[in-house]
Amino acid sequence: MKVGVTVAAVVLIAVGGVRSAAAETIYVTNEKDNTVTVVDGATLEVTRTIPVGQRPRGITLSKDGKRLFICASDDNEIQVFDIAKQEIVGTLPSGPDPEQFILAPAGNPLYIANENDNMVTVVDVDTGEKVTEIPVGVEPEGMGISPDGKTLVNTSETTNMAHFIDTESHEVIDNVLVDSRPRFAEFTADGKQLWVTSEIGGSVNVIDTATRKVIKKIGFAVPGMNAEAIQPVGVRVTRDGKLAFVAMGPANRVAVIDAHTFEVKDYLLVGQRVWQMAFNADESRLYTTNGNSNDISVIDVASLDVIKSVTVGNQPWGVAVAP
Amino acid sequence: MRRPQVRCAGLLAIALLAAAAPAAAQDTPADVATIPIAYITERVKELPPFSLVDQPTADNGLMGARLGIEDNNTTGKFTKQKFTLDEAVVPEGGDVVAAFRGLLAKGHKFFVADLRAAQLLAIADVPEAKDTLIFNVQAKDDALRGEQCRANVLHTMPNYAILADGLAQYLMWKRWANWFLVVGTGDHDKLFAAALHRAADRFSATIVEERVFDATPGARRTDTGYAQIQKQIPVFSQDVSNYDVLVVSDERDIFGEYLQYRTWDAHPVVGTQGLVPTTWHRSQEQWGATQMQNRFTKFAGRWMTERDYSAWLAVRSISEATTRTNKTDYASVNAYIRSPEFGVAGFKGQKLTFRDWDGQLRQPVLLAGPRTLVSVSPQEGYLHEFSELDTLGFDRPDTTCKLKAPAQ
Repeated sequence: MKVGVTVAAVVLIAVGGVRSAAAETIYVTNEKDNTVTVVDGATLEVTRTIPVGQRPRGITLSKDGKRLFICASDDNEIQVFDIAKQEIVGTLPSGPDPEQFILAPAGNPLYIANENDNMVTVVDVDTGEKVTEIPVGVEPEGMGISPDGKTLVNTSETTNMAHFIDTESHEVIDNVLVDSRPRFAEFTADGKQLWVTSEIGGSVNVIDTATRKVIKKIGFAVPGMNAEAIQPVGVRVTRDGKLAFVAMGPANRVAVIDAHTFEVKDYLLVGQRVWQMAFNADESRLYTTNGNSNDISVIDVASLDVIKSVTVGNQPWGVAVAP
Repeated sequence: MRRPQVRCAGLLAIALLAAAAPAAAQDTPADVATIPIAYITERVKELPPFSLVDQPTADNGLMGARLGIEDNNTTGKFTKQKFTLDEAVVPEGGDVVAAFRGLLAKGHKFFVADLRAAQLLAIADVPEAKDTLIFNVQAKDDALRGEQCRANVLHTMPNYAILADGLAQYLMWKRWANWFLVVGTGDHDKLFAAALHRAADRFSATIVEERVFDATPGARRTDTGYAQIQKQIPVFSQDVSNYDVLVVSDERDIFGEYLQYRTWDAHPVVGTQGLVPTTWHRSQEQWGATQMQNRFTKFAGRWMTERDYSAWLAVRSISEATTRTNKTDYASVNAYIRSPEFGVAGFKGQKLTFRDWDGQLRQPVLLAGPRTLVSVSPQEGYLHEFSELDTLGFDRPDTTCKLKAPAQ
């Protein structure tokens, strides 16, 4: 029948339609509110606010995209959030005061920085067991993992170092001195470089992973702005290795850097005290958390435009994007 | 201002001392460089804390230095540098200079001096101290940054002018420009009051009235003591026309706390009590300070004080120098700390550096209420060509310091 065919065709189109980048969901941890705000990627509206543990900070997606891991820093544990069920379904041990963590590319284990304890804790996400603890410098925070999963990097804020850790032996194999108060470590997708931000040093240190030497220190200058306000925290590099984005804290801007020449191309004005950022799956969008204006900013990567700000909870800290 | 408290005896203090005692002599591998630091203090007897709510502060200042050494050695594990602390605690009235000479004789070049002004100058002026680096972590006296400055002294503790300016900027931001100044009879009360006068001039506040509060240190108020005080304070503070805040200078912390809620007119109390300008406070949690507070409290069994923080900064400054230069000798470390490259992270949101005209560490000032942080100076809007931190205290054009080596 004609009607039936038309209906079937409509149904097919709806189900088989191209999944646009905007079908994603953004999850933001609100450090002060002890909640996670859920934002719909298509409408850029807040859809839910979920109560979680105390002082939630780092948040990351599981490899299969079905779960979120959330650092509940003051509860000294990782919470596991099931995306389909939209609720917390369990916890993982983390060591004291987990702030940031990173998942091995294979999806397991989880490497967690224990800020109070000068340790990195390694946890098996399937069994929920602590595998080991690795002593590092004072106030560990930044966690980076090489694309082949063989090298873990942790930065210690007060020791001012990037510690290179062999993931099989769990031994620290090298320590690279960086500028003052390193907060974030990010490997490029080809594994050849490690980008480390220094919040008090006001710079980004680019380290060659083969030689483990700093090959470039990138500085920043915003006209009319006090140098002290430029405090880089989060950094993200596109998969194609062309662009890097650096969240600059109380400078309220994200720096856009040509990742080949290391030149700063632009500063994008976002909200206040921008610290962390996350791309969506196809890197068409970059979401930033603005801790002191209680919102997130949405950057269109192709045009390098900040297209919208969305109010979330109090003191947004981390952000993860689920496809 | 909360005065530092020292408890001499007590099991807790002994236990802490034992727990924090330097490790027994260990074999240091040949490739590890040792950097010895000396700590010297005169253990002045102090009254018990003013309030039952205050903590006793055993080993005030010393605990900060010890934690600094621990933090340095965590870094040192990776840089192959080992820091040690040689502690000289001189009893009250003892010979501080002799103890200092003893440390010099052992070859010490780096000193954390937790001393009052007179004793600090006495050790800085010892001829053999010429090529040493002495950090002042206690004395706030403005003269030490002015006419009594010394080439071999750097100050991590802020001076009275910095604290008074930090408070004044906030009061002017609030438009509380008319001050009723109440000053105690102690020497330091007068020093802080002088700085408050200077701050009022600088930031265009008006001291509409000044009165001396004559109180002698004594027992804390006894049972039902509040009844007397309730009547005394209104009488003391009456007949002051048109003021916005009562600014109190009671460095000994013996009467200032009585003023809030009892004055004739209803106005906030600020200064050494009430809203207090300080370099560190137990409520400070900004810029990662929570981690510092946690680490210190776990280490010392009590809250970190101003002197602890200043001592910690001094010890960390040395490590910053040895780590960045990869050198451990006095000349290299001293040169680096005084160079434009140097900066130490102190959980205040920006790197801290030493002023080249008087050796004072420039730093933000916390404005603390009893339980929370109210603000941080410098306040937005106070501009400076070089660093906004230089709107606090003695700026380069203001200085009366002519840096000189100790008198021969």
